[in-house]
Amino acid sequence: MIAIVDYGVGNLFSLSSSLRALGLEAEVTRDAGRLRAANRIILPGVGAFGDAKAKLEATGLVPVLLEAAEEKPLLGICLGMQLLFDKSFEYGEHTGLGLMPGVVSDLRKDLDNLSLKVPHMGWNSLQIVKDDPLFRYFSGGEYVYYVHSFYAKDCAESTLGVSQYGNVAVTGVVRRGNVWGTQFHPEKSGDAGLRLLRAFADM
Amino acid sequence: MLAKRIIPCLDVRDGRVVKGTNFEGLRDMADPVDMARFYNKSGADELVFYDITASAEDRGLFTDILRRVASEIFIPMTVGGGIRTLDDFDRVLKCGADKVSVNSGAIADPSIIGAAAKKYGDQCVVLSMDVKRVDGQFRLFAKGGREDTGIDAMEWAVRGVGDGAGEIVLNSIDTDGVKNGFDLEMLDALTARVGVPVIASGGAGNMEHFAELFTHPGIDAGLAASIFHTKQVDIKDLKRFLRDKGVEMRL
Repeated sequence: MIAIVDYGVGNLFSLSSSLRALGLEAEVTRDAGRLRAANRIILPGVGAFGDAKAKLEATGLVPVLLEAAEEKPLLGICLGMQLLFDKSFEYGEHTGLGLMPGVVSDLRKDLDNLSLKVPHMGWNSLQIVKDDPLFRYFSGGEYVYYVHSFYAKDCAESTLGVSQYGNVAVTGVVRRGNVWGTQFHPEKSGDAGLRLLRAFADM
Repeated sequence: MLAKRIIPCLDVRDGRVVKGTNFEGLRDMADPVDMARFYNKSGADELVFYDITASAEDRGLFTDILRRVASEIFIPMTVGGGIRTLDDFDRVLKCGADKVSVNSGAIADPSIIGAAAKKYGDQCVVLSMDVKRVDGQFRLFAKGGREDTGIDAMEWAVRGVGDGAGEIVLNSIDTDGVKNGFDLEMLDALTARVGVPVIASGGAGNMEHFAELFTHPGIDAGLAASIFHTKQVDIKDLKRFLRDKGVEMRL
C-alpha cells in the first residue's frame, strides 16, 4: 500500500487517482499507524512552505516520516519535495525536514532574463543528469508539468534531473538513499509522469 | 525550456460538449469524457472545461464529469463557468481541477480573485476575459459576451493580476468563431501590461494561425474548441507542424 500523507495541503484527488489507474493500492491518510504499515509513502503539497511545514508539524507525523525515510521509499512531490530540504527562504526562513541537503530559494532572484515568467508553470523537458531506477520507464528529454516559484539549490550531489528555464537549471528530481523528490507533478505529467510513479512503486 | 501549450476547450451543457459561433447557435458535439480521452491521446497539454449551463440542477452532472475525467486523465485541468464564491472553487478543486477560471463572477465581485489566490495560491486562479473593441477601446464584456461592462479590459487584467490571478485567458469576441486567426493586436496589448502566462482564445481557424500566434513571445498557449472538436485540426499534427516551425512543443 502507498500512503499519501494528508496534512490539509492541496488536492489529492489526482494523485490518488493516478496511482489507482496504475493498479496500485493508495490510501490518503494522516494516521501514524497507516504510515507505518505502508510500504511506500508519498508526501504531496502545494502552497507556501512555512504554512505547509506548520500544518505538517501539527499532524504530529514528522517523527513518523523521519523514521520511515530510513526504512522505505519516500517520494516528495512539488512542495512536498521542497519540505525534504534543510531550509527554505519563502517568506522568511523556515526549517525543512533535513532529509535532503540544500536550500529552497526564490527562482526569480536567479533568473537573468526578467521577461521570463514566475511561477515557472507548464511543461518543461527533464534532462537526466544521473541515472536512477526512478527513470526505468522514462527517457531523458520527456516533458513534465511544473508549477512553482521557488526551487531547490545547492544540492548537486542529490540531483538526478533538471529542467532548463532561462539561465537556471531547475532542480527537477532529487534522491538521497530511500528518499526521492520531484519538483514537477508526476500525477499531472501525462503518460511520462505515470511511468515515473510506476518506477517509484517498483522500488 | 517551457513548451508552448495547445489547449482544447470543452463547453459543457446538460452533460454534453457544445460550441457556438459568436456565442450563439450552440451545437451538440460529444460526450465530454470521450472527448477528454481523445484529446489526451492527441497530445493536448491541458484541458479546459466550462460549465455553460451553470444552473443548480446541472451542476451535479458537471462535477460528476470532472471527477470521471480526473480519474483517468492526468494532465492539468482548468474549470470555469458559474464560479462566484470560494465554495465554487472548492467544489471543482475537489473533483480534480488544478486551476479555476473566473469571469462574470469576478466582475460581480472582484474580491473573489484575491480571496481565492490567498486560499489556493495564485497558480490556481485564472482570470478569463471576454473582450471586444468598443469606441476604440478594449472593453470587458460580461455574461458570456452579451453585456458591455464599460470597463477597460487592460486595466481589468492589471488589477486582476495585482489581486493574485496567476494566468489570463483572453477571448476576443471580435475574432471568436470567425476562424480568421487570433486577435494578435488585442493579445499584444495585454502581454505588454501583465507578467503572468497569457492564453489566447478566439479566432483559430487553421494551423498557420497557431504558428503566427507563437511568433509573439508573450503568448504561452493557444486555446480553441470547434476546430479541434470537428477534427478540422488534429492536435498531434498541429504540434508537429509547430515544432517544425521552431516552436517548443511537448511531443
